[in-house]
Amino acid sequence: MQTLARRSFALAALATLSVTTLSACGGTSAETAAPAPTATSAPAGALSIKDPWVKAADKGMTAAFGTLVNNTDKDVTVVRVASPASPMELHEMAMDDGKMVMRPKEGGFVVKAKANHELGPGGDHLMLMNPSAPIKPGDEVQFTLTLSDGSTIPFSAVAKPFAGAGESYAPSGVPSMAGM
Amino acid sequence: MRRRSLLRGGALAGAGVVAGAAAGASVARGDDTPVAAPSFTTGTGVIPFHGVRQAGVTTEPPAHAAFVAFTLPGGTDRRALGRMMRLLSDDAHRLTRGEPALGDTDAPLAVLPARLTITFGFGPGLYRAAGETAPVRDLPAFKIDRLEKRWSGGDLLLQICADDPLTVTHAQRMLIKDTRPFAAVRWVQTGFRRSPGMHEPGFTQRNVMGQLDGTANPTGDVMDNAVWAADGSSQLVVRRIRAEMEKWDLLSVTDKENSVGRRMDTGAPFTGVKEHDEPDFAALDSTGLPVMPDYAHVTRAHVTDPALKILRRPYNYDGVPNAAGHPDSGLVFASYQADIERQYVPIQRRLADKDLLNEWITPIGSAVFAVPPGCAADGWIGERVLG
Repeated sequence: MQTLARRSFALAALATLSVTTLSACGGTSAETAAPAPTATSAPAGALSIKDPWVKAADKGMTAAFGTLVNNTDKDVTVVRVASPASPMELHEMAMDDGKMVMRPKEGGFVVKAKANHELGPGGDHLMLMNPSAPIKPGDEVQFTLTLSDGSTIPFSAVAKPFAGAGESYAPSGVPSMAGM
Repeated sequence: MRRRSLLRGGALAGAGVVAGAAAGASVARGDDTPVAAPSFTTGTGVIPFHGVRQAGVTTEPPAHAAFVAFTLPGGTDRRALGRMMRLLSDDAHRLTRGEPALGDTDAPLAVLPARLTITFGFGPGLYRAAGETAPVRDLPAFKIDRLEKRWSGGDLLLQICADDPLTVTHAQRMLIKDTRPFAAVRWVQTGFRRSPGMHEPGFTQRNVMGQLDGTANPTGDVMDNAVWAADGSSQLVVRRIRAEMEKWDLLSVTDKENSVGRRMDTGAPFTGVKEHDEPDFAALDSTGLPVMPDYAHVTRAHVTDPALKILRRPYNYDGVPNAAGHPDSGLVFASYQADIERQYVPIQRRLADKDLLNEWITPIGSAVFAVPPGCAADGWIGERVLG
């Protein structure tokens, strides 16, 4: 039995999902096998994603989440996401006419220098607009992020059953509608 | 030792005199009395999930447990089982480290693992669904059994153990949420042992009938040889055993001791003075009768061949008494062994045939599970069966 230092637990409590390390048991191809919050092993590129997962869905829209990690001294911008599973959009949650809705993120996700950017239910996320097949719990879904400099970050996310993240969708210029 | 009274009464409340304080750190209080910050270690204990063998088997049993059995729907195939076990292995790995599972909606509940272990068992039905030959099969019927369907069988078992009941509850909730797309909850049995800090590690727990329970458990290499197959797998029997407490209450201490062959207070066999004294089944009393009665539980359950021993890992249960005040108490009996048919069944046959203790206990649930080997950091539980 090991006893972990209390400090690491306090950090874990504060940062919740963002400090969890990608589990190898998930069988993802984007493993970083980081053993501790401070030991994120980002690829040679400017950006990595930790703990990616996607909400399982039998049909219709769904979303992918995770923690974008910028290990460089400069801001990095994610301008596009693609997946063989579905047409994709970068989304944010915003107030629209007194109601929380999700909509395309203008200008993409800016990940500050040496910072994390959380993609989670109720916040910024990667939207699968129209999956061509059911995304079942435990499935692995492939994604590719494109940065403003044209570089790409491929990763794999495991599908999990998840009841939340049922946000309303407000595509640009169209009244909001029920989503996900 | 009460720390506050020590300080107050000691009249020497100067800094640095907090001798014997576990944590060492002193915290200034309003009255300038230094009080040692207590050392909280129960919550932060971590038992590694990954390994050749699953955790939670020969691991010193934590104080609380939930045994959760599931039923697979018809038509489940091995691909679905593989997806399920990848998800659950990932959840188990994170939760046992004190990290939230992916998509954990109540992440703060995950940060104190308290020696959390999550152990997976596969019932005969899971192997059928996967198109594989099951290494376990249901136990034969024993004449003492009064089995109820609501406590019996199961295709998948999660044994969730930790030194804190809220940690067990959160892990159970998270794991059930990720299992329910694949399988229905069949039964849940929760149980408890002594709290951490009550005894030295390795102590024998007392059951709700007051008996020391598990004295004859193997340890060390004998335990490893009895519990594990060469590939790191094991087999698990879970039996719900109701204690007939109203009848038990009618007995004198001597009668209680005769049913088992051990002293109630020390747990010593009739032929010894200490709990772990080996019973002498050849010893005769002045009338020429065996000192260890032939009908006593210890006599019936005794195993001499080390390879045929079983590892008992039971938890007590205590439900809600009925209107008459009769308790709903007993044992969630769990035993691990390399081979149920070779090790467990002969013992249980002897007990069912003639064990005086049967007068006061009734098996009301029964299930068997194969316990697949553990997994490496890049693997998942069941990968060799389902991969």
